[in-house]
Amino acid sequence: MHTRQFAPTSLVVLTVLMAAWLGACAKPQPPVARPTPSPPGTAGPAQPTRPPAPPEPVAEPVPVPPEPLPAEGDLSGRNLDELNRDSPLQPVFFGYDSSEVDATGRAALDVNAQALRRYSTWVITIEGHCDERGTAEYNLALGERRALSARNYLVSVGGPADRLRIVSYGKEFPFDPAHTEEAWAKNRRAHFVITAK
Amino acid sequence: MRTSLPCFAAAAVLAGTVSVLAGSAARQTPPPGQPPPPQPQQPREVFVPIVGDIGAPPRLAVTEFVALPNDAGGSGVADKETQAIAQTMTEVLWEDLRFEREFYLIPRDVVRTVPAPRAIDDVRFDRWREIGADGVLIGTVRKTANGLLVQVRMAAVRSKESAFGKEYSGTAANPRLYAHTAADEIHMQQRRLRGVARTKLTFASDRDGERIPGPIEARTIKEIYLADYDGANQRRVTVTRGLNNFPVWSSDGRAIAYTSWRQGYPNIFLSFIYTTAPPATPAGGSVRAHNWLAVWSPDGTRLVFTSNRDGNPELYVVNADGSNLRRMTNHSAADTTPTWSPTGTQIAFVSDRSGSPQVYVMDADGTGLRRITFESYADRPTWSPAPFNEIAYSSRTGPGHDIKVYEVATQRVKQLTFGEGTNESPSFAPNGRHLAFTTTRWGRVQVAVMGRDGNDVRQITKIGNNYAPNWSH
Repeated sequence: MHTRQFAPTSLVVLTVLMAAWLGACAKPQPPVARPTPSPPGTAGPAQPTRPPAPPEPVAEPVPVPPEPLPAEGDLSGRNLDELNRDSPLQPVFFGYDSSEVDATGRAALDVNAQALRRYSTWVITIEGHCDERGTAEYNLALGERRALSARNYLVSVGGPADRLRIVSYGKEFPFDPAHTEEAWAKNRRAHFVITAK
Repeated sequence: MRTSLPCFAAAAVLAGTVSVLAGSAARQTPPPGQPPPPQPQQPREVFVPIVGDIGAPPRLAVTEFVALPNDAGGSGVADKETQAIAQTMTEVLWEDLRFEREFYLIPRDVVRTVPAPRAIDDVRFDRWREIGADGVLIGTVRKTANGLLVQVRMAAVRSKESAFGKEYSGTAANPRLYAHTAADEIHMQQRRLRGVARTKLTFASDRDGERIPGPIEARTIKEIYLADYDGANQRRVTVTRGLNNFPVWSSDGRAIAYTSWRQGYPNIFLSFIYTTAPPATPAGGSVRAHNWLAVWSPDGTRLVFTSNRDGNPELYVVNADGSNLRRMTNHSAADTTPTWSPTGTQIAFVSDRSGSPQVYVMDADGTGLRRITFESYADRPTWSPAPFNEIAYSSRTGPGHDIKVYEVATQRVKQLTFGEGTNESPSFAPNGRHLAFTTTRWGRVQVAVMGRDGNDVRQITKIGNNYAPNWSH
């Protein structure tokens, strides 16, 4: 019987995620969407000081020293655009025609749950997105289900239901307009937007 | 929105002053500026059909419209503008007649071997007979003080009788409309066919290239457009600088319902395109009740649409004024993308309750559910108007999709497109003989139309990407 221990799990997951980013090549490319590097001095996620961790979260979490989230002052001074450009909220990626949140997705959502606990006034819209291969009409339902899957998991780990909205954009707003497997993988996502703080 | 007013006004004027030509028509024309003489309720008209050889369509010689000078004596020469209008009308009428495939149109270079008519009653029957014409079509156009005076006449070559004669007057704002009207009336009179020459298409387009600036990635907007059925007169309807898609015509052609994300979530908007009235939101809509993919009932009084208001996508019906909301489906899977049967007694829709999106049909009261497609992926069912009883849909046939048609009576499926790009979002013409759809066969996503047998594919849009066409009634 495994009881979900919120904080330690998410810490492990955070670490794993950092490491995965550092290891860069093994995993699918992280989301396109970060044109602006973290401002210097910000405790952004990509600090190149962490030891590599296993690529997948394991069943038995091993407690590690907590990864400090950015101090309150670092984020509270930013406007919504700045927050979303360098968001602490991770997207969740999905398989073809699927709305199932996999282990990597759950790890990302655990990070997001922690951030939402920290920033207790943020209102989040979870956008459901699809790749271009399905039809425009059905993809609205698929995007809806992806956003809902992400939301349901977040709520199940203690996320604030009253601050989590969803919206489906189907295949209307691809993150990568290319017609490649790599682009499609980026476009099948639940994307988190901070809509109020 | 303002630009569409002249067109609508022209249609009204045109409808008001159509007169039937009998014999030598021009002399019956009232002088400009005077009201037309009262028309008898039922003009005495002997039906003279243009018939071809047995088993063959009638062979029609479509001559070039004659541009008449606007001076009363007729001694001068028509000005360049009138000549251009005559040329436009010739081309439009030709394409309108070709579109329905009811007549064999004698090739233009053969028609030109006969000296061109110079007036509406200038019919050289012997020469038309020589080139094998069963009928000959002659038109004239003249500028008047108020706009245009257009005459169209069709004569049966063998019997030398007048088979069709009409005179139209109205504004010069949209000369194409005169040719469209004549084509529809010829089809109705000669073939008992409801033509589609005056119908319109609505669709979504990103042609303006506007983007919503955002911190993550710029997002290309889509606005609602409309166009004549042949792609002419394309106009933007919405100016939201946001995402709008899936427009559908109301039965009277005066309103378009569509899905817009302008409030931050999808909701159904109803735009009255010929007035300045603000759009209505008949499905309500809120942050927790999203509505999308509306379709009108055949009688134009209700909308069926998808909503997540009860937790997952289900179908709902609401009156156009927002009253009498009713839930139609109840399943943990997504139920979406509805279409009404022509009689309004059944609704076809898409559900993924089997694990993949498939088309189902239910009675309009929610009972009698049955699955009709067994594809790997089927979406956007659209029920044909009578007399056909077919449901077109897009089916995943490979990396992309193709348009297929399910014949309700026989349960047979026929495929209309075959892997040229991806082909989606079919919509029937109001006479059921054509479909509009989107295709990527020319590169970007474009609206095209084709016959119900899949032939005669015509490209309607060329600028930007264009989506989700819907044919007016």
